[in-house]
Amino acid sequence: MRNWVLILLLCMGGGAVQAASDTYPLDSQAERERFNTLTSELRCPKCQNQSIADSNAPIASDMRAEVHRLIQQGQSSDEIMQAMTSRFGEFVRYRPELDQRTFLLWFTPLIVVVVGLAVVAVVVRRSRRSAAGDAPVLSDEERRKLEGWLENERDGSSTGTRNGQQ
Amino acid sequence: MKRSLLFIPLILAIALGIVLFAGIGKDTSTLESALIGKPVPSFELASLEDPNRTYRTDVFEEKVVLLNVWGTWCPSCRVEHSELVRLATEEGMPIYGLNYKDNRNAALEWLQNLGNPYELSLFDPQGKLGFDLGVYGAPETYIIDAQGIVRYRHVGVVDRKVWTEELEPRIKQYREES
Repeated sequence: MRNWVLILLLCMGGGAVQAASDTYPLDSQAERERFNTLTSELRCPKCQNQSIADSNAPIASDMRAEVHRLIQQGQSSDEIMQAMTSRFGEFVRYRPELDQRTFLLWFTPLIVVVVGLAVVAVVVRRSRRSAAGDAPVLSDEERRKLEGWLENERDGSSTGTRNGQQ
Repeated sequence: MKRSLLFIPLILAIALGIVLFAGIGKDTSTLESALIGKPVPSFELASLEDPNRTYRTDVFEEKVVLLNVWGTWCPSCRVEHSELVRLATEEGMPIYGLNYKDNRNAALEWLQNLGNPYELSLFDPQGKLGFDLGVYGAPETYIIDAQGIVRYRHVGVVDRKVWTEELEPRIKQYREES
């Protein structure tokens, strides 16, 4: 009994998948993959947080149909992207092209990482230098003073010992 | 360490604050048309009133006009329609209509009942010209200059405020230029 239900469910699922790809029939597997990639990389201008593959908006379905038509015509993915951006603007690309305006968009993460590394390097070097500086370097003046104190101390203790012996 | 370096994080935070603050209240749902500064895409469409008559791109090469994209299926188009009629009759503004993905009879009935503000009406049942224009939500209204160049797009309803603040000053400017 359970097996039958399972088989029934599998058949229904399979049917749904079949129906979806039948809407935009393409000859080769490569073309089908290209269709899927393109429609998931184009943003719907109406419902702005969905790709045209996900969106139910009429404009998204028009765009899917156009992508399908252009693939069938044998246009390259670049040409299709170009055809879409010339109508709907750079906005429809989820991955914008690298140019003057999008430069920061592409490179901000890299810039942040580089600046972060520079900060870390400076901090590390500074702390290492100050650690080295902990070993006290005395000026000649200080050395003489210190030696004088030590001398006194030695004299004092030897006196004390002598006193103790007496 | 130099004291002044301590202010760098503060300056960065203020700069970020200014950038983010500038974005507050901006309507991100309206996109600038990719066609601004470019000619109207070439087309050949039938007249809405007369299926035997066709219009081509050269209808835009006479004067500054508004191109209004509409359909009877679009509730906001009904909202703006009375303003379009007013613009045509009171202001004498030439408006071309693009009946977009619609049914011819329904569209004709609409114009008969609500008034016809359009100097000429293009019939685009498949939405072909609409697609080439990058229309993503009716109503949309374009300013096309006398050379047939797309100058401005307004997405959404045209009301008195949109007319006086956005459209009219630009139309004056393009009229003076041409």
